[in-house]
Amino acid sequence: MNRDAALELIKEVLADVVPGADPTALSPEENFRDTLEMDSLDFLNLVEALSGRTGLPLPEADYPSLNTLNGCADYIASHTSPA
Amino acid sequence: MSTRRSSAGAPPPTTYREALREGLREAMHEDERVFLMGEDVGNYGGCFGVSLGLLEEFGPERIRDTPLSESGFVGAGIGAALGGMRPVVEIMTVNFSLLAMDQILNNAATLLHMSGGQLGVPVVIRMTTGAGRQLGAQHSHSLEGWYAHIPGIRVLAPATVDDARHMLAAALADPDPVLIFEHGSLYNAEGVLDGTIEAVDLDTAAVRRPGTDVSVITYGGSLPKAMAAADVLAGEGISAEVVDLRTLRPLDDATIMASVCRTHRAVIIDEAWRSGSLAAEISSRITEQAFYELDAPVERVCSAEVPIPYARQLEEAALPQVATIADAVRRTVS
Amino acid sequence: MAEFTMPSLGADMEEGTLVEWLVSPGETVTKGDVVAVVETAKSTIEVECFDSGTISALLVEPGTTVPVGTPMASIDSAVAPPARPAAKQPVTPAPAPPPDLQPVPGRPLTRTERAVSTPLVRHLAEEKGIDLSTVHGSGRGGRITRSDVEHAPTEPPPRLRASPLARRLAQSMGVDLGGLRGTGRNGTIRADDVRAAAVDHLPREAEPREPVEKPVLASPAESAPGARAAIAALMTRAKREIPHYYLSTKVDLAAAMAWMRDQNTGRPVAQRLVPVALLLKAVALAARQVPELNGHWKDDAFVPANGVRLGIAVSLRGGGLTAPALADADTMPLPELMAALRDLVSRARGGRLRASETTDPTLTVTNLGDQGVEAVFGVIYPPQVALVGLGRVIEQPVAVNGMLTVHPTVTATLSADHRASDGATGARFLTAIERLLQRPEDL
Repeated sequence: MNRDAALELIKEVLADVVPGADPTALSPEENFRDTLEMDSLDFLNLVEALSGRTGLPLPEADYPSLNTLNGCADYIASHTSPA
Repeated sequence: MSTRRSSAGAPPPTTYREALREGLREAMHEDERVFLMGEDVGNYGGCFGVSLGLLEEFGPERIRDTPLSESGFVGAGIGAALGGMRPVVEIMTVNFSLLAMDQILNNAATLLHMSGGQLGVPVVIRMTTGAGRQLGAQHSHSLEGWYAHIPGIRVLAPATVDDARHMLAAALADPDPVLIFEHGSLYNAEGVLDGTIEAVDLDTAAVRRPGTDVSVITYGGSLPKAMAAADVLAGEGISAEVVDLRTLRPLDDATIMASVCRTHRAVIIDEAWRSGSLAAEISSRITEQAFYELDAPVERVCSAEVPIPYARQLEEAALPQVATIADAVRRTVS
Repeated sequence: MAEFTMPSLGADMEEGTLVEWLVSPGETVTKGDVVAVVETAKSTIEVECFDSGTISALLVEPGTTVPVGTPMASIDSAVAPPARPAAKQPVTPAPAPPPDLQPVPGRPLTRTERAVSTPLVRHLAEEKGIDLSTVHGSGRGGRITRSDVEHAPTEPPPRLRASPLARRLAQSMGVDLGGLRGTGRNGTIRADDVRAAAVDHLPREAEPREPVEKPVLASPAESAPGARAAIAALMTRAKREIPHYYLSTKVDLAAAMAWMRDQNTGRPVAQRLVPVALLLKAVALAARQVPELNGHWKDDAFVPANGVRLGIAVSLRGGGLTAPALADADTMPLPELMAALRDLVSRARGGRLRASETTDPTLTVTNLGDQGVEAVFGVIYPPQVALVGLGRVIEQPVAVNGMLTVHPTVTATLSADHRASDGATGARFLTAIERLLQRPEDL
C-alpha cells in the first residue's frame, strides 16, 4: 500500500472508531490519541480495524508508532508491499 | 391557629394541608358567599385537619358540620350554588363520594345543559383520594378517573403546595362544578410556597422536571414517586421528563403530546386500577395524536387490580412505587 | 396390454386417492418408473409401475379415491423399450407390495423432484395462500403432503418490528427497514437504528468540506441538557449527603505490564489486553476482599452487596458520562473481562446499554488515565459507598531494593463514604489492589 492510500485508510478508520471526529482537520504530526481524547479501548479498536484492513499484525511494541497520521501512514506503507 | 407567613427571612416550608387551609381562608375572606360544609369540618377541624381553626375564625354559619349523608349535603351544596352561594363541600374520601355520585353526575354535571344554559352550578367539592396510609380498602381507592369521565365538571388533582394553595380560588371562579382530589399521602408533604405565584390556571399540565429520554406522566399522589424515580434513573443516565397533569378533566393534550414528541417514549403512572383507567385514556390519546412519534410502546404503572389491602407490605406491593416506576421506564428505553 | 392398478401400500390399506399422474398417454414407461402419486390415510406415496410399455389410457382422474386393485391406467406392453439397467441404482423396497407383485427397484428422489408438489397440494396451498417453499414435507423423500399443507400455519411471515417513529423516519430518510437490525426489545427497530443507518448511507462526498477551523471533536455543548441536569442532580446529592474521605497510593505496575506484554505478544489485536482490564480485575478482587466498600447505603445503614458489579464510568463523546455495570468482574477470567469491557464501553457510547447494565453497580471505577491525568479523586455515586479512581500509567522513578529505577506506575485513589467505612478500611482496600497487581498471573 502506498503512503497516500495508507493515509486515506487511517483517516477513514479514525472517523469510524471515533464518532464525531473529523480526521481531515488533524495535522499530520499531531498525537491524535490526545486530540481525539481516545482511551485505550478506542485505541485498541483503531489498531484492530487497521490490522483488519491491512492484514498487518501490529504488535503492541509498535503502538507508539501509531499515534500520529504520519506515523501510521509511514508504518503501514513500510510494512506492506507497494501496491 | 394558622401560621401567618413571616415577613422576614426566607419563607418557611408549608405543608400541603396548611396550603389548602390558606386557600380556604383566603377564599372566605375574599368572598362572603363562600362557605365550607362537610362531615366534621367544624368542631373536629376536618377529618384530615384541613379546616382546623376555621370554625373559630369564621363561625358556624360559614364552617358547617353536616350529618353523615353524602347525598344530602352534596345536594344541599348544589342547591346553594344554584341559589347564588359559592359552597365548598368536603367529602371525607372518594369512596364515600359514591353516595353522592347521583347528585354530582345527575344534577351538578347536567343542570346547565338541561336548563338550556340557565342554571349554572358553581359548587366546589373537595375530597381525599388514594392509598398508602393503611386505611383499608374502603378509604384507599383512587376513583377520580371515574369523575374525569363525566362531561360538565372539572376535575383537579393538586400535587404541589402551590397548587394546593391556589387551585381553590381558580375553582371557585369557575362557573361550573369543580371537583378537587387531595391525595391523602400529600397532606403532610412539605414545600416552600413560591411567593411569586398569585394565581394558577386550571387548564395546563406542568412539566415538573425536564428530560429527554422518556415522558413520565402522572398526577396527584404519584408525582413525588415519579420525581424520586426520575432521580434514580438520572443516576443511570436516563433522563426522564415528569409531567404533572394537574387537571384530569379536561386533559391538557397539548402539553402531553409536546412532551412525548420530545422524548418519543411515555410511561403513565396512575394509582387507580389499570382497566378502564385515566392511564388508559392518556395512552389512547398518545397513540391517537402522537403515534408516529413513538419509539417504544406506551407503558403504564397502575395499582394491582385488587381492593387496596390493609397490611402494610401488601398495600405497598399493590401500589405504584419508585422501583416499579423506574423499572417501567427502563423497559421503555431498553 | 397390462393394467396399472391402485396398489396396496400397507396391510391395512383399502383405498387410495390418486393425487397426480406423472405420466401422460402415449408416454413410454419402464418397469420401476414412478408414474403416479397416491395419497393414503397415512401419507403420500410415489407409485412405480410394474410393466414396461406405452401408456395407452389414464382411467382415473386425479383427486379420485378408488379401492385397492382398481385399474387406473392401461399400458400397451407391445412396444416395450429395452429394460433400463437398474442394478447400479440403490434399492428402495416399496412398502408392503401386493404378494403377487415383484418388488421393484426404486430410486432416491433428486433435489428437483423433492421440490415438486402435486397439483392437489399446489391447489390447496394456493387456496390457503401458503408458499410451498416454506412448508416442511413429511411425505416420502420430503414430499409435501395434503396434510402438511392443511397444517401449515397460514400467517404471513412475521411482521417487521419497528416503532412508529422508526417507520416514519425510515420513510423520510429513505432507509430500508428490511436491512436493519433492531436494538430494541425483541429486536425492535427504533429511531436510533434508523438514524444510524441513515448516517452510514450518506455518501462521504456529499458532505460539504468545512473550513479548517471546524473543531476536530464535536463540542460537549451538543450533549442533551437533560443529561447534564441529571448528572448535576446526582453529584449534588452525593456531595450534600455523603461525607467523603480520600486516600491515594502509587502502584508499581512493572510486573503487571511485563506480564501483559507477554500475554499480548502474538495475539491478534482483538484478543489483546489493555492495562485498564488488569486494573479493573484487581479492583473487583479487592472489593471482594474488603466487602465494606462494595454495596449500598440504604436507610441509614450499609448493605453489603452479594457480588461485585463494577460501575464503569464512561465519558460520552458528546459530553457527559454514564456508569454502566460490569457484572461478575471479580469472578470473570481476564480475557472475558476484557471482551465484556470492550463490548460494554462501545455500547455505552452508542447508547445501546441493556437495562440490566444500567442498574445497581456496587462500586464504581473512574479511569481518567487515558486523558493524561495522574490522579482522580471522584464523587461517589449514591447509594454506593466508594469510588475508585485510576490515573494514567506513567513511567516513574521508584526505589527497588535500595536502587533507583524507572517503572510504569499508576496512582489509584479511593473516595469512600465515611458513614459506611473508616480510613483504615479504605487503606486495606488500596493495599489489596496494589498487592493483587504484583501477581498479574493470578488475576
